[in-house]
Amino acid sequence: MSISTKYHGEMEVAQEEIWHFDSGIPGFLNEKTFVLLPLEDNPLFQILQSTENKNLAFVLTNPFYFNKNYDFKIDEGTLEQLSLQNEKDVAAMVIVTVKDPFEKSTANLQAPVIFNLSNQKAKQMILTQTEYKTREFIFQQLPASKG
Amino acid sequence: MLVLTRKNGESIQIGDDIEITVIGIKGDQVKIGINAPKHIEVHRKEIYLEIGQENEQASTGLANLLNILPKKEK
Repeated sequence: MSISTKYHGEMEVAQEEIWHFDSGIPGFLNEKTFVLLPLEDNPLFQILQSTENKNLAFVLTNPFYFNKNYDFKIDEGTLEQLSLQNEKDVAAMVIVTVKDPFEKSTANLQAPVIFNLSNQKAKQMILTQTEYKTREFIFQQLPASKG
Repeated sequence: MLVLTRKNGESIQIGDDIEITVIGIKGDQVKIGINAPKHIEVHRKEIYLEIGQENEQASTGLANLLNILPKKEK
């Protein structure tokens, strides 16, 4: 199908590439289908683009790259909602609130986005017992390039 | 809004499978226990709202966003 995107113009996406957020995302409960789009020349970040709403797109990053100690447990409700059975099917990313300059950007470590790679289901999971906040400064020191 | 008065230890049943119990009362704080099916998400209201607000802010983006993101050096 053809979709309009915020940062990538018009593009074709295959049905099997679509991520299903069956309960939407807090603040956008009616948005249930997204695609993950890579950024050219920038493997650290990806765009989570709504397939229905051109203007709805989030910047996502791998939190473990910027904060090696980041740690949380996937709650049973999320395991059930995503039909998650195998640890190897899990991917987790966090939403970045981008600011200029970039060092002032924050990541939402309190509500990581969990993906089930085996069935294309995903969900933003709100951690209940956690010290992590919605605005964590994790970009002040970028990790050294690994080549 | 339906308003019910409950004492410490008493419960409220919502539908067939949600139970809310007053676990303790201390000053102006009430400790509440919630039994609900796993697909029902339970959150502190202000945190749930905060996540939504942060998502709205994060999705607003910046016109030159793609130029602000640091590129990984090759």
